Amino acid sequence: MSKYVIIGNSAAAVGCVEGIRSVDKTGKITLITNEPHHTYSRPLISYLLLGKTDRERMKYRPDDFYEKNNCDILFGKTAVAVSAAAKKILLDDDNTVQFEKLLVATGSVPFVPPMEGLDSVNKKCSFMSLSDAEKLQSFINKDSEVLIIGAGLIGLKCAEGILNSVKKITVVDLADRILASILDKEGAAKVQKHLEEKGVSFILGDSAAKFTENSALLKSGKEVPFDALVLAVGVRPNISLIKDADGDIRKGIVTDDHCKTSLDNIYAAGDCSESFDITSAESKVLALLPNAYSQGFVAGKNMAGEETLYISAMPMNAIGFFGLHMITAGSYVGEVIDASDNETYKKFFVKDGCLKGYIIIGDVSRAGIYTSLIKEQVPLDTIDFELIKRKPQLMAFAKTERDLRVNKAFL
Amino acid sequence: MKKIKVNEKWCLACHLCEYYCAFANSGKGDMVKALQNRKIFPRITVEENDKISLAVPCRHCDDAPCVKACISSALSVDSDGLVQINKDKCVSCFTCVLVCPYGALSPGEDGVMQKCELCQTNGQQEPACVAGCPNRAIEYKEAAE
Repeated sequence: MSKYVIIGNSAAAVGCVEGIRSVDKTGKITLITNEPHHTYSRPLISYLLLGKTDRERMKYRPDDFYEKNNCDILFGKTAVAVSAAAKKILLDDDNTVQFEKLLVATGSVPFVPPMEGLDSVNKKCSFMSLSDAEKLQSFINKDSEVLIIGAGLIGLKCAEGILNSVKKITVVDLADRILASILDKEGAAKVQKHLEEKGVSFILGDSAAKFTENSALLKSGKEVPFDALVLAVGVRPNISLIKDADGDIRKGIVTDDHCKTSLDNIYAAGDCSESFDITSAESKVLALLPNAYSQGFVAGKNMAGEETLYISAMPMNAIGFFGLHMITAGSYVGEVIDASDNETYKKFFVKDGCLKGYIIIGDVSRAGIYTSLIKEQVPLDTIDFELIKRKPQLMAFAKTERDLRVNKAFL
Repeated sequence: MKKIKVNEKWCLACHLCEYYCAFANSGKGDMVKALQNRKIFPRITVEENDKISLAVPCRHCDDAPCVKACISSALSVDSDGLVQINKDKCVSCFTCVLVCPYGALSPGEDGVMQKCELCQTNGQQEPACVAGCPNRAIEYKEAAE
């Protein structure tokens, strides 16, 4: 029997393995994955299509990762039920796996709203996994017209990944702006213009009413012909195992500050779970790779018996399209401070005397200094905010404080 | 492990550390040929205004947020605690820039992220910035942690 079992094989699962191994060097770990692949980085699938990485380089850990960490891995198996009382997992091949401590890191599944005629479209895919990327690649050539439903992070990274390999890309979204989850209206307009200049077409505030094999009829009456269809409307946390076991769920699996679910000995991490967002003081799904890794790491330490808290989560994103970079973090609440200049769009959101969020499009250099202000909830009246809002810099901290920061390792 | 200690009060804002860093990582044998009339891409940043100046290199954090956040596992920490980047794996997503509280990662001339590796990976004996600092405003010393 494995001491530790992890359902999943992506960032949260790897974080969990490394968290466990930072405490317990020997206790056996078993991973269960429904994919056939060595652990790979999901956000890299667009870079794969773009040719900026390849199958080998997109591995999230080296080939000897499982062996070195004394892990067994069951490829191509799906966990269909979990029992906290019996400490048992049922697999789709009717085998069972026992555990002492379990991490559920089942990620998310694409959300496809019911749309008339979708079944008649042969060349369609989501854009979440390596097999989706491979499927899309097989659909397209230089003469292809591609319709992407969804102008969020996934849809637009997909557009970037294939733009130079196809003839035309049209992106349709129900929202009135692109990247609605990370950008405000003005910022979104700036990025949209950039993408349009590169050749991506947008139809916003509209949605698909009906599909035929190679065409979409939109609610507005517009018709968009396509050779391949990408469904990137949204994702839903994959919560079914915990839900069916009567664990607490909301949008995602509810976890405490130890990344534990409401069920005994069962933890959850990554896109299937909720984290406490310190910038909005709400529990929410933060479907981001760095968050998944950190949750998994903390869960792993707790599973191995070293009490560790996960208490500094927040939404954050670094993303770029055709050379235009943007970094966003936190919540867009409170007073808005515009620090934009000709080159760079920059907005800060300040509440209760602390930075709660920011949006930067353009020169994003050293933006992590802003992130640290949010993470540590640094009172802005203790720093030179006028200085730092122009450019992220440690000089804005008082002398003793910046000494403490840069020379922490020597104290 | 040895790290770079920052002695702010001795910093002259001469930016020589930035030039020595760029040279040490240029792969060239001649400083003039490596740097003359070129934009330099140092891995250490001198912050300055009319009153203050200090050099900020990577701190090689114990619990390095850049390593944890890297989406392509290009960043790693070795058994000595040296935080390194495998430029071959980096896709320039800037997630490390989003999470580094020191602003210590930046794109190099090739657009791929780069960072201070304490001159342990470029054939130098000790950090070139430290060796080139005329006023000991940065020192290479055994860290407490």
